[in-house]
Amino acid sequence: MKVAGVDVGAKFVKVVIVDDGNLVSRSSRLMGFEQKESIEEAFKEALEKAGLKKEDLAHVTSTGSGKTEVPFADDEFTEVSAAAKGAVNLIPSARTVIDVGAEEGRAMHTNAEGKVLDFVINERCAAGAGSFTEAMARALEIPLEEIGPLALKSKKSIPMNAQCVVFAESEVVTLVHEKTPKEDIARAIHDAMASRIISMARRLSIEEDVALVGGLANNVGFVESLRRELNMDVKIPEQPEYVPAYGAALAAASRAGGGS
Amino acid sequence: MGTKGSEYWRWKEYNWKSPELNWKDFDIVTAGVDIGSVSSQAVIMGDSELFAYSNMRTGSDSPESARKAMDWALKDTDMTLDDIRYVIGTGYGRVNVPFASKAITEIACHARGANWMYGPSIRTVLDMGGQDCKAIRCDERGKVTAFLMNDKCAAGTGRGMEVFADLLSVHIEDIGRLSFEIDEEPPEVSSTCVVFAKAEASQLLRQGWPKNKVIAAYSSAMAHRVFTLLERLGVEKEFAITGGIAKNEGVVKRIERELKIEALKTEKDTQIAGAVGAALFGKTLVEKGKA
Repeated sequence: MKVAGVDVGAKFVKVVIVDDGNLVSRSSRLMGFEQKESIEEAFKEALEKAGLKKEDLAHVTSTGSGKTEVPFADDEFTEVSAAAKGAVNLIPSARTVIDVGAEEGRAMHTNAEGKVLDFVINERCAAGAGSFTEAMARALEIPLEEIGPLALKSKKSIPMNAQCVVFAESEVVTLVHEKTPKEDIARAIHDAMASRIISMARRLSIEEDVALVGGLANNVGFVESLRRELNMDVKIPEQPEYVPAYGAALAAASRAGGGS
Repeated sequence: MGTKGSEYWRWKEYNWKSPELNWKDFDIVTAGVDIGSVSSQAVIMGDSELFAYSNMRTGSDSPESARKAMDWALKDTDMTLDDIRYVIGTGYGRVNVPFASKAITEIACHARGANWMYGPSIRTVLDMGGQDCKAIRCDERGKVTAFLMNDKCAAGTGRGMEVFADLLSVHIEDIGRLSFEIDEEPPEVSSTCVVFAKAEASQLLRQGWPKNKVIAAYSSAMAHRVFTLLERLGVEKEFAITGGIAKNEGVVKRIERELKIEALKTEKDTQIAGAVGAALFGKTLVEKGKA
């Protein structure tokens, strides 16, 4: 049975097509000005890659902050449940799932079936999400994809006082003026972000294994800081940004199988 | 025209000197220097009367900013720093005022300054600074009885408004007035995070909202943010606002609307309240023989 999961995030829309639990295709698009078009395009591309037509899909489930904007979805699945379900399916030992996207960060405590037992969300402050690294890369005048690898070169921990993106921008400018090496600033940025995510996650009991999903899991500097600050290993599935969409697809399969 | 696109946040620096008063008539001349994260003020007072002051942007070097502010306050007077009996530093850079004899927290100074500026009936002061916001309760002598502060987050601070001035290419001094040039009051944008508010505003502009409507939506968000701080502290009348945002009628009116309390108004410069408080503390110390 073929089904699809569509994750409409703040920055990207991700589509995953699954056939009897196996991944068939995935596709993503930047959420531009024409958000409906971005969603349609990503969906069309995923279908093409799979050699399928929309009618071949038994069920489509949407998730993400824009989950209500998907006209072709049969139903919706919460972001928290989708990330947990996808993560535990890929990493069965995971009991704590941390999902960090462009504008939100969340942590879930799950059982062995990937069902959410408890969760916390930060959706009110950009400092605990991808927006933070984006703004900081801009302040450092380097491309976003370079900020993570740059942080790995640092051997020095310097404190970052600002807890707000707007204030941190000024702090980074000051550090640059003081001739602080950029790699040390990059590390400070990721350390600050990791400690913010961890203090959110600690409102739950952090049970191992810990899995990290969402776009920020691709940032090696952030992952390194998270491991160091948590003092635990953090497991990352392949193409972590697709995990919530994959979770939504798994939900679609069980809903379609449930006789709808 | 003639304005660089990235400088809409840039407000004018200025100084002022009393046209009537002569410093030689005073018994005690003191000064307060308030080094904030965004702006710095130096105030010279004689016997509790305002004699001269300056208001400047804080540079990256606090001692240098303090010297510059003091020099500018002295500039149009025939005084030198040596003619000032006692100088107190306050604000975020208060320990970096090289010529000050003492440092006092800005919380204490703003309460004392508001008491001078608005009179002894003042019980709640909202100081809206460049990078923080403080709600302060005080007694009839301007002594602090309780306070709450947000210095972690740019929402509800002057810096947040600067970000919007840049985004909308509107001079920061015009924002208050423009926020009323709208057909109807729009719903507020995100009041918890400037970054999210900015993203929302960009989207609204793309949807065709006029600039002024976006300004109104952000002014309301800012008002709501500081309202929550005031609500946690509890507001007792009389209520007044100090700091740079007190000059932004768009935010002030919306705070009043939400609080259902009218703020006292003044002809005086609300940005110097902290430095005035510091200078008044200096006078008290001199009178008590502790200076």
